[in-house]
Amino acid sequence: MKILVMVKQVPDTATRIRVAEGNASIVTDGIKWVINPYDEFAIEEALRIKERLGGEVVVVSAGPQRVEEAIRQTLAMGADRGVHIKTDEALDSHVVAQALAAVARAENFDLILTGKQAVDDDAAQVGPLVAVFLDVPQVTVVLKLEVDAEHQRLVAERELEGSIEVVELPYPAVITAQRGLNEPRYPTLPNIMKAKKKEVRVESLQALGIVPNVKVRTVSLSEPPERPAAKILTGDPVAAAHQLVELLHAEAKVI
Amino acid sequence: MPSKILVVLEQHEGKVRRVALEMLSLAQKLSGGAVTALTFGPDADQTPEILGRYGADQVVILTDPVFEQYSSDGYAEAVRQVQSTIEASAVFFPATAWGKDLAPRVAGLLDAGLATDCTAIDNGEGDRLVAIRPVYAGKAIATVHIDSPVQLFSIRPNIQPVVESQRAAQLLSVPVNLLAEQCRAKVVEERAQGGETVELTEAEIIVSGGRGMKGPENFKLLDALAAELGAAVGSSRPVADEGWVPHSYHIGQTGKVVSPNVYFAIGISGAIQHLAGISGSKYIVAINSDAEAPIFKAANYGIVGNLFEVLPALTEEVRKLKAEQ
Repeated sequence: MKILVMVKQVPDTATRIRVAEGNASIVTDGIKWVINPYDEFAIEEALRIKERLGGEVVVVSAGPQRVEEAIRQTLAMGADRGVHIKTDEALDSHVVAQALAAVARAENFDLILTGKQAVDDDAAQVGPLVAVFLDVPQVTVVLKLEVDAEHQRLVAERELEGSIEVVELPYPAVITAQRGLNEPRYPTLPNIMKAKKKEVRVESLQALGIVPNVKVRTVSLSEPPERPAAKILTGDPVAAAHQLVELLHAEAKVI
Repeated sequence: MPSKILVVLEQHEGKVRRVALEMLSLAQKLSGGAVTALTFGPDADQTPEILGRYGADQVVILTDPVFEQYSSDGYAEAVRQVQSTIEASAVFFPATAWGKDLAPRVAGLLDAGLATDCTAIDNGEGDRLVAIRPVYAGKAIATVHIDSPVQLFSIRPNIQPVVESQRAAQLLSVPVNLLAEQCRAKVVEERAQGGETVELTEAEIIVSGGRGMKGPENFKLLDALAAELGAAVGSSRPVADEGWVPHSYHIGQTGKVVSPNVYFAIGISGAIQHLAGISGSKYIVAINSDAEAPIFKAANYGIVGNLFEVLPALTEEVRKLKAEQ
């Protein structure tokens, strides 16, 4: 199996997001950049499939210089090589997906994995868009994946609201990972050493033939409004519970 | 304002989700012309009456056997064909697992921009719409414009009001050519995932527990309160990671992002990732023994106290209130 994993580098989820002056971007000073948590499940799944069936795991990511570190981390987890689409531009899902699809098209991958969404823009579009651009089927928000290499088919279980959907499809295909698919491994020291010698090829949008025509434009960013100070009740639990129900019923009118 | 809006929605056994009615109500408010609803499957013929009542001027039902089971690639191709026939300038999808699977696939086929999980949409210049969507799970709010001729939006459930407009929707026949071979990813089975009675992302009230619950056996106290309130039960991330509750309970930046009327955070200290996931709640109630817990800064109401004393008392008070109503 030749597997491509598409990863994004995002601010750690513990980051407090502040909007920068001009209301067009966030303050990036002091941000700890990490691999998008859902992409880690995608990498782990790729490594497990390779361990079972053999093959190669290639990781691709788009973004500025700092993104190389995220790619190196996936190589330390066990991926074989990386492709870094180096760009400082603010792109939308469409442009990124076009660039990723161009990388995928240049080699024939059996399977393309990524997270169900990135925890920065929460767009949840890149996986399906890459699938369309490559004209292959997709399954999103996957909790379980079985590969039938003999018949070149997949069986995937995906999470819906309160139920599980089982999907069958041929591959090549795009799969997006949900928490619960697996437990991602930590890089070991020998693998961290080996990762330094693995290949990370640098690509550019231009070389891939991509014109960055953004379709979805963020015109402004703001921080959510703060809630007014809470009414805090203390003392006897029964009295406090009574008072709370009164407030929710008579003041907030929500129960 | 857009002259035509297409609303793509799912139906099961002739029933539609509340978000379908929310989308139609919103489309009717924004559109300068016809609102067309599109749905799929053999039971779709039971839907036009309710879709009309909530804002559809026209309904397209694709009842061909090829649409009996969902297929992301097959359905997306069908939406593309319907869109090219009716030439809507905006297309709405629900931001559910179904809609978030389908919408980006359609966006790729139409070469159109898509704004995911919008919490508000307003008219802009000409036929342009302006969307508001949370990013970083709600730690920031983005205002977005779409520059492609066709504008796509997925709409977060539980935000838009449902407005009855008592239309008698016209059935519109649109030819769609789809071969079974074009449906490569095929749903072969759907099974209920035990546990939740009310889906978290659609719940009006959520009762949620954290580490302060001390162990999985104590979640029955939450279940009792939830039963009185008709609420869904959720959790913080650590207790889902510990296996006290299924992963599907996990609310936060890497779990579910929710927008109920009231969110009860019980024994939850309020990590930044959790606060992001609940920031869309209209009211937040915190119950915690630690008066310094960050959850109280995010709350509208709070009780500082031992939750094992407060919870049963609260359940009893709600029961009394409901008995009076």
